[in-house]
Amino acid sequence: MSIPRSSSGKRLRSVVPGWGLFKGMWLTFRTFLRKPVTVMYPVEKEIPPERARGVIALDVEACTVCMLCARECPDWCIYIEGHKVQQPPAEPGGRARTRSVLDRFDIDFALCMFCGICVEVCPFDALFWSPEYEYSAESLADLLHGKERLTQWLATVPEPPALEGSEPEGGEP
Amino acid sequence: MSLLDNVWVVLAVKLGLAVVILFALALVVMFAELKVSAHMQHRIGPYFAGGRWGWAQVFAEALKFLQKEDLIPRDADAPVFRLAPMVSLLGTFAVIVIIPLSPVLVAGDLDVGIFYALAAGSVSTIALLMAGWSSGNKYSLIGGLRAGAQLIAYELPLVLAVVGVVIQAGTMSMVGITEAQAQPLFHIGSVGISLPYALQGQIIGFVIFMIAALAELVRIPFDMPIAESELVMGYLTEYSGIRFTMFLLGEYAGMLAMSAIASVLFLGGYHFWGLNADWFGPFVLIGKSLILVFVMIWFRWTWPRLREDQLQSLAWRWLVPLALANIAVTATLKVVL
Amino acid sequence: MTTPADRHLLAMHRSEAAVSVELQTEDMVLNIGPQHPSTHGVLRLVATVAGERVRSVQPVMGYMHRGYEKLAEVRTYAQITALVNRIDWVSGFANEIPFIVAAERLMGVEAPERAQCIRLILTEMFRISNHLIFLCSFPAELGAPTPLMYALRERERVLDLIEGVTGGRFHPNFNRIGGVKPAAGGGSTQRTRAQDLPKGFIEGTRRAMTAVRHVCDDLENLVLGNEIVQQRTIGIGVLPADKAVEYAMSGPNLRASGVPFDLRKVEDYLPYDRFDFDVVTMPNGDNYDRCRVRLEEIRQSARIIEQAVDSLPGGPLQAKVPRVIKVPKGECYVRAENPKGEMGYHIVSGGGRRPYRVKIRSASFCNLQVLPWLLEGALIPDVIAILGSLDFVLGDVDR
Repeated sequence: MSIPRSSSGKRLRSVVPGWGLFKGMWLTFRTFLRKPVTVMYPVEKEIPPERARGVIALDVEACTVCMLCARECPDWCIYIEGHKVQQPPAEPGGRARTRSVLDRFDIDFALCMFCGICVEVCPFDALFWSPEYEYSAESLADLLHGKERLTQWLATVPEPPALEGSEPEGGEP
Repeated sequence: MSLLDNVWVVLAVKLGLAVVILFALALVVMFAELKVSAHMQHRIGPYFAGGRWGWAQVFAEALKFLQKEDLIPRDADAPVFRLAPMVSLLGTFAVIVIIPLSPVLVAGDLDVGIFYALAAGSVSTIALLMAGWSSGNKYSLIGGLRAGAQLIAYELPLVLAVVGVVIQAGTMSMVGITEAQAQPLFHIGSVGISLPYALQGQIIGFVIFMIAALAELVRIPFDMPIAESELVMGYLTEYSGIRFTMFLLGEYAGMLAMSAIASVLFLGGYHFWGLNADWFGPFVLIGKSLILVFVMIWFRWTWPRLREDQLQSLAWRWLVPLALANIAVTATLKVVL
Repeated sequence: MTTPADRHLLAMHRSEAAVSVELQTEDMVLNIGPQHPSTHGVLRLVATVAGERVRSVQPVMGYMHRGYEKLAEVRTYAQITALVNRIDWVSGFANEIPFIVAAERLMGVEAPERAQCIRLILTEMFRISNHLIFLCSFPAELGAPTPLMYALRERERVLDLIEGVTGGRFHPNFNRIGGVKPAAGGGSTQRTRAQDLPKGFIEGTRRAMTAVRHVCDDLENLVLGNEIVQQRTIGIGVLPADKAVEYAMSGPNLRASGVPFDLRKVEDYLPYDRFDFDVVTMPNGDNYDRCRVRLEEIRQSARIIEQAVDSLPGGPLQAKVPRVIKVPKGECYVRAENPKGEMGYHIVSGGGRRPYRVKIRSASFCNLQVLPWLLEGALIPDVIAILGSLDFVLGDVDR
């Protein structure tokens, strides 16, 4: 494979020595007169995209206490406890069923590295990413959130975004 | 016999007034730096403190600094370490009191005004050396030595740039220089047109003065003694709390003082075409100074810093010869015309 | 390679040495770092200085060693992908690529075309982001704080796009063996569906590339065209081509010395051969050229991205891989052109869910080897400038 050599290495010398200094000053002065781009955070907020990995939300109903997320977590920051309850058989005369009930589902967000593996491996769609990000706490211990808090975040989970080229003639190949 | 006849009372009032004005303006300059730098970087800068525009930011920061612990390193030379910030402020105050704000508002019109201002201004060199040497820190030491070398090198072009003006005006009094610039240079019809010295052929002197002033003030592109990215904070590394604040205040007051001197020497001081100097003098002078301060801030937020050896070569190989040539030409013209 | 400037410096050096004999001065040992504003983290340089001139420099590394190679031995491949993001955190996505490609090669799978193109686009976006970081930190080390804000402003656009696709700004964790990340929720119903580009990405990319080119012009005026910057960088920290090769430099640092070596052209880990771009080289190998190379590379990356979004192939995003990923016994080394240089992973697999051993060759670590040679005889301000021009991240050095 041939490797092309590109642009010559000539320096950006100004015709008039010192002119470059003033070109820079002109640029900063122009910027000085423009409207700043700052988003004044507590007053205005940026809306993160739908896929933003802000916080993990839990759908308790869907969880079957299979522990897959806790096992796959790279830094083992999910704590799950559950117990089994006997349920009456579905039809009279059938075998009694057992069902797992979730007692504890804690995620330690001080340890979590927001990789999203738990969300991915969950076979029952019980975990979701929410773009919510304002849950800072004053101590590390306060970052351990239980299932009640995780369930609250479920309301903030957005619909997945429309995809590029999802409609037939979306313009893009 | 009124109270104002007592020379000490008058002196105290004048000094007090000068210090208050200086402090207030230094805070304005500090705030301007925060705001101007922010907008030059496409940011907003202080916004919340005090409501609109965040005007109270400087007070908030001063308060924050005052609350901080006044740390003195174990290996520091404590008395010198403590004294240095005060010396730095003192030099600036000594300069500011002789700046004439209007024909009336003059704290003291010395015959050797400009000579005194430059001499008193160089006191800050000692302060920086003291701070750097006494901190007991290698970075501070390098910073202090850089400051010493730099300030000595730039004292010369600064003085030489002023000499041109002194020759042209024929006086060293600040008021005298200002009034000399108000003299009509030529007449259009019956209207006498006066020009500041920057437009009367001292433009080179003005440029040299401003460059040297930047170096004296240790501002970018000549801030090697502080050089945050190299020497952490140079001679300021070990300072905290109120002493750091004093250095900071000294820097901004110094910017103001240098700009005021430049305005007096080169830009016509309190005179402006068509404005009554008695009434508008202070505003004119402060306005001119603030414009120069703005330019200094503008440089600061556009350019990187030079290297110490490049700064020395700029001073000795360019500024000093240019300033000498400027003096020669000015003197020749003065004699010939 | 002795330029007049070099000879001048040598002469100065000698004269200083002569003076120091007379005055019996003493060299000072100056500890630059590990806590210092411009060591990009916790690099420590033990410098012996005579006044401002550095006699010798001993870099001390390892303050940030986090043991990635060991961590990788007890983690599954999917978990390692999340980890390697953090090696060079300025270009997280580019760290994933060689690892994933190495694992794919061991398994004998290949990601579908569309997935490969998305990987390529995101890699180039991270290259832009990385080089913009360089263009903000390098002038800051020279004392100019303003280019920082301009570069970061435009980097924000790129990061927003990345976040829109991957959900992460710094640590995308978007690659999976055989393709890209599965759709959120990953439940049984959606397992086969991978995350495609969100709507508006292509349009947003075009706009962002225009903005990035624009800021390149601005930075050229503000930084490279500035006479003070030229004074500070031209002829400083000259690394000749032969030395650069001897010290195993890679990436932009090597190309700034005039060696046209770019793994994007040499290796085939991503379909770069489809796109038209130039390998940027500069002849002199000084600070200025190292800065310039990166500025030009941003333009080239923008060029690649624009071509890539124009010709994005359709099709699936995920090749067929088993549910539990086990990599067959064997070993494989894959290297890629990270924004900072050559990054490679040598995976030794014992056939299980976890690799037996992962050796990481990171660009910054190898690029720093040249420091003692390059910094000898420099002035303290130039030490900082040279350090900055090498563009390293301590996470990448210490791993």
